[in-house]
Amino acid sequence: MADTTMTTADGIPLKVSLRKALMRQKMRALLLVAPLFFFLVITFVMPILDMLFRSVDNSIVPDILPRTVLALEDWDPDVAKVPPEAAFEAMVKDIQVGYEEKTIGRVGRRLNYENPGMSSLFRKSGRRAKNIDAAPYKDALIAIDDRWGDSETWRVIKKLSPKYTASYFLQAMDMQETVDGEITWQPEEYQVYLNLFWRTLIMSGIITIATIVLGYPVAYLLATLPLRTSNLLMILVLLPFWTSLLVRTTSWIALLQTQGVLNDLFVFLGIVDDENRLQMIHNQFGTIVAMTHILLPFMILPLYSVMKTIPPSYMRAARSMGANPALAFVRVYMPNTVSGVGAGSILVFILAIGYYITPALVGGRTGTFISNYIATYISGASQNWGLAAALGIILLALVLVLYLLYDKIVGIDNMKLG
Amino acid sequence: MALPAYAGPGETVWYYTYRGICALIFTFLIVPIFVIIPLSFNAEPYFTFTPEMLSFDPAGYSLKWYEEFFTDSSWRNAVINSFIIAICATLISTTLGTVAALGLSQSAMPWRTAVMAMMISPMIVPLIISAAGMYFFYTRIGLGSTHLGVILAHAALGTPFVVITVTATMVGFDRSLIRASNNLGADGVTTFFKVIVPLILPGVISGALFAFITSFDEVVVVLFVGSVEQRTIPWKMFSGIREEIRPTILAVATLLVCISICLLTTLELLRRRNERMRGLSPG
Repeated sequence: MADTTMTTADGIPLKVSLRKALMRQKMRALLLVAPLFFFLVITFVMPILDMLFRSVDNSIVPDILPRTVLALEDWDPDVAKVPPEAAFEAMVKDIQVGYEEKTIGRVGRRLNYENPGMSSLFRKSGRRAKNIDAAPYKDALIAIDDRWGDSETWRVIKKLSPKYTASYFLQAMDMQETVDGEITWQPEEYQVYLNLFWRTLIMSGIITIATIVLGYPVAYLLATLPLRTSNLLMILVLLPFWTSLLVRTTSWIALLQTQGVLNDLFVFLGIVDDENRLQMIHNQFGTIVAMTHILLPFMILPLYSVMKTIPPSYMRAARSMGANPALAFVRVYMPNTVSGVGAGSILVFILAIGYYITPALVGGRTGTFISNYIATYISGASQNWGLAAALGIILLALVLVLYLLYDKIVGIDNMKLG
Repeated sequence: MALPAYAGPGETVWYYTYRGICALIFTFLIVPIFVIIPLSFNAEPYFTFTPEMLSFDPAGYSLKWYEEFFTDSSWRNAVINSFIIAICATLISTTLGTVAALGLSQSAMPWRTAVMAMMISPMIVPLIISAAGMYFFYTRIGLGSTHLGVILAHAALGTPFVVITVTATMVGFDRSLIRASNNLGADGVTTFFKVIVPLILPGVISGALFAFITSFDEVVVVLFVGSVEQRTIPWKMFSGIREEIRPTILAVATLLVCISICLLTTLELLRRRNERMRGLSPG
């Protein structure tokens, strides 16, 4: 029987040859993408993973107090109130080494996040434990500070012995793990973060709604005017879009502050007295106004591109069938723009919940966002990298959910700029 | 949207009310940009109009904040840093982004959606999170507080814009042109520079402009990854507003507004050229 397989000129079966060619194309495409891929892995993905790692990392305690962690392994706080003499001996050794290497302060700071007072305990013991060189270690340590005799102190250390911890995440959600291993809410006066997340979400929501209210009429006007006029008016939208964020924030400070342009104008017009000028900045109002202005173009542009595709004949048809203008607009035009509103809203919302600069400059105390706290915990006075990382990861998770939603509505591929 | 001839009185009233509302919103958009320009010529160190300024008394105006900006060495350093960092970051992100976009727009590209999502992610992830992660990681690998660290970080933030604009340009790209070029004897490199590049150039340039402005305007990452040595213009403005608020910032802001007007004009011209080349009428 004759061979029926189709072959190329040099006798290779066509299927094989085709597969090879496709493979080559695939490889070429991958090769083109590879440089950017690896670049982003190093400059962008690894930093995010590093942050994820730091949010659960607890190596400070086992690294600096290795002997104590080992000695506490067999101690059951329910059986004996304080650990055996061996643990005290290990602690004295660890503190002596830690004092020598100047690492003891770090462990104190770490334990202080869980149990305020631990930092001073370790500082004090570090200075004075270097003279302890013989048993009984237990009495010697308790002589330095009574707290070494408390069950609580040792329970905290035992709780933080593992290399990884969920405590930062719990703290970021206003919860805590008690020394007995129960997960409970933080005491009322320490609950800040859930409120802060709520405030960030609610203010972002208000900003999103404000951009819809202001953006919709403008986008409609731009979409229905003749192209020449609308191109000109578009400049008024694009210029703020292209202007430096700090410039826009600065000008809002100039406009809104108590001795600023708007207050001067109000006083001149007699709307307010010179004595009680309006406080419009360094509060939530300032943040909302400035951010609405900054994010408004991100709402107008997607709305405009959707409205542009709606044929004007739809409205005329609705009118000719007896709908009055308002009804025609609500029942015919608006349903067609839902996808644009959705796309714009998610975009504005995503951008808003991660904002840092504007709230930091015009937010004062009540208008700051979760990102301002993350920044404070990284470089501010109360450093706590683990907590900053945990707050960041939660925020990132929120954004990724919204991102997937955006992908469902618009598609990442259809993202347009300018 | 002219007023139709059959409009009743109610409709006419609404028509003008609506235009009035739009005019107010446009005012809201544009006034904050322009209000700082006259303020930057204030003779007094205030952020508001003085009575002398309002009566157009020449004594109320002065160029001293501009003088301070041009003579102060820390501002000069900030300008130099800003340009060095932005130009280097733009070169890196434009090169890598364009090449990757060429790969992404090939039909044979496997896992396209996933790769695309990853390449756009620097634009989606909130800046504070990228900045925090980069701060942790770059310090660990010794890139913290260096120009290189800030440049790499900004390049990463700028690539999504290049990838998006160049892939968008490639959508209308006729692949048979590449075959024709190969057919006529050009090798891959010649085809790339003589056929592909001229056609995708508008996309590349507008992507590069986005990348440039991203870096030039970026402050969160510089604050975290950089140190005083990498102080840029936005950094100076940010710390200026926080610490000692001086109208020099308004002078800088005015100059930045001029730069953004130039950028906007360039982009608009590019867009028109692109439309002309594709035979779309500009209307």
